[in-house]
Amino acid sequence: MWEEMQRDESVFVMGEDVGYRGGVFLATQGFIEEFGPERVIDTPLAEASIMGIALGASFRGLRPIPEVEFADFLWPAVNQLIGEAARACYGTDGKVNAPVTIRIPYGGGIRGGLFHSQNVEAIFFHTPGLKVVAPATPYDAKGLLKSAIRDNNPVVFLEHKKTYRLVRGDVPDEDYVLPIGKAEVKRPGKNITVVSYGLMIHYCLEAAEQLASEGVAQVEVVDLRTLKPLDTETVLESVKKTGKLLIVHEDNITGGVGSEIAALAADQAFDYLDAPIGRVCGPDVPTMPFAQTLEDAYMPSTQKIAEALRNLAAY
Amino acid sequence: MLYMYRKMIEIRQFEEAAGTLYQSGQLPGFLHLYIGEEATAVGVCVHLQDEDYITSTHRGHGHLIAKGGRRDRMMAELFARTTGYCKGKGGSMHIADKETGILGANGVVGAGIPLAAGAALSAKLRGTQQVAVSFFGDGATNQGIFHETLNLAAVWELPVVFVCENNRFGMGTPQSEHQRIEDIAVRAPSYDIPGVTVDGNDVLKVYAAADEAVTRAREGGGPTLLNCDTYRFRGHHIGDPGTSYRDREEVQEQERQRDPIRRLTEVLTEEEGVSEDELSAIEAELAKELESALEFAKNSPEPLPEDALNDLYAGSIQP
Repeated sequence: MWEEMQRDESVFVMGEDVGYRGGVFLATQGFIEEFGPERVIDTPLAEASIMGIALGASFRGLRPIPEVEFADFLWPAVNQLIGEAARACYGTDGKVNAPVTIRIPYGGGIRGGLFHSQNVEAIFFHTPGLKVVAPATPYDAKGLLKSAIRDNNPVVFLEHKKTYRLVRGDVPDEDYVLPIGKAEVKRPGKNITVVSYGLMIHYCLEAAEQLASEGVAQVEVVDLRTLKPLDTETVLESVKKTGKLLIVHEDNITGGVGSEIAALAADQAFDYLDAPIGRVCGPDVPTMPFAQTLEDAYMPSTQKIAEALRNLAAY
Repeated sequence: MLYMYRKMIEIRQFEEAAGTLYQSGQLPGFLHLYIGEEATAVGVCVHLQDEDYITSTHRGHGHLIAKGGRRDRMMAELFARTTGYCKGKGGSMHIADKETGILGANGVVGAGIPLAAGAALSAKLRGTQQVAVSFFGDGATNQGIFHETLNLAAVWELPVVFVCENNRFGMGTPQSEHQRIEDIAVRAPSYDIPGVTVDGNDVLKVYAAADEAVTRAREGGGPTLLNCDTYRFRGHHIGDPGTSYRDREEVQEQERQRDPIRRLTEVLTEEEGVSEDELSAIEAELAKELESALEFAKNSPEPLPEDALNDLYAGSIQP
């Protein structure tokens, strides 16, 4: 963000506590001192107007990065996001763009309970006109965020809050962008494809390592990185190679991103499938119960993923 | 007055204990302490019966205890045990209890405001004498739902009291940066309802103002916006020292001059002839009760993984 703000004066940040407090997760620490209060704007507690105002500003030549402090607080803003942002380009015959990047910490595993842990991607995945990005690594996060900011479309940029502390990685200092809409094979393998995104990628990689060391299967881990537009090519290529597909996501299983991927594979890779398509996802209960035992029961884990993979390998 | 003293001590003890437990790593999740704001919850809730309703916030332990929440079941909920008010599913920010009319603490700012109005509507439609009270902070008064609800409650003359706890900060953002007004009660005339501002750290003043507002609601006179000027002595949540956006001197000054418990103590001992021994005895008794509440919580079972799937839907359709 810092680099983008230096590169392009039309980029600015707005949100609750982003300025003097530096952001609840310190994402914008130091920003207001460098860029001033006109480009790092502390807002009142009013998500609907934050979104609407960011949108309006984006119609008129600026590139706002509104932050929603926790995904769970996003709902009042959805009217502007789905009702207005997603339709801006389509409804004006391409004349009006909404180059807004909405940064949203999401996801569970931090004992945050019902209102600090939600997975919200499915609704936006379903909404034409939006782009939805969910990186899993620091390297991807930087490249994708830069692309999102430079993109002329509204991008929902999801940052899994557990990965803020848990995942470390090298991030080059220089300017680089990663394309939105391109998945990445994080680990190649020839027996089973596992498709996932966000925090779950790290558990998938652990599970793949387990299966490799057990000699059971070589698992290929595909990190979607972007949910919308979905990189169907990379996913299908992998499935056609391995013949077995497991989809993993933290979000509730019914109607989640996994359902679409399963349908896609069944539709376009049917002849290549050697086993039913599997899904390891959050159960259909409101995210995320508070108690440790309940949250652990909810969250997909390396163990649960490995077990599903072993079953698939044996099929 | 002694009752209010008891209640404020109950809250203060609970919050201090919870804070210590959290800092020693025994409590998961987040914790938002009510220390310094006790007078508002107590001064208001003393006018409420079990069958009256309240909605609360992420900083809700004070409201819950003031309304009749039991410290043992609350502690159990903080420890995520099955004996907690929400069977460990909710944690600190989501404690609710049907029997004492607690419609829930809430992690989403402002979300409780319409819920209280709805409860008030149900009371009105059912023809009861019940009243609903919504607690929220200065930050919440910028949410659209605050304006929508106050307007509607006024039009329908709902038996609800809107209690704003203005502690001058919306998390890390000072009030002067998130709204131009200082006295939140000035918003009331926009909806043509009475707006009153009191010193939220003076339990007697809160008591008097709440008396009027609750009575008005109960007698069919419609809603009131009761603005209580207060201050939280600790940070927004544990982990926030509360001094990166506030002056350390200001915090210390507030603690010295405006501690609601110390102020009531002065009144009790100097004007009401209550002895310090009597007050110490109350404190000791409550401290002991908190000890057993803590034991209860620590010895309670954790939920089983299968419990994650319980209570998703209500029972079957009524015939």
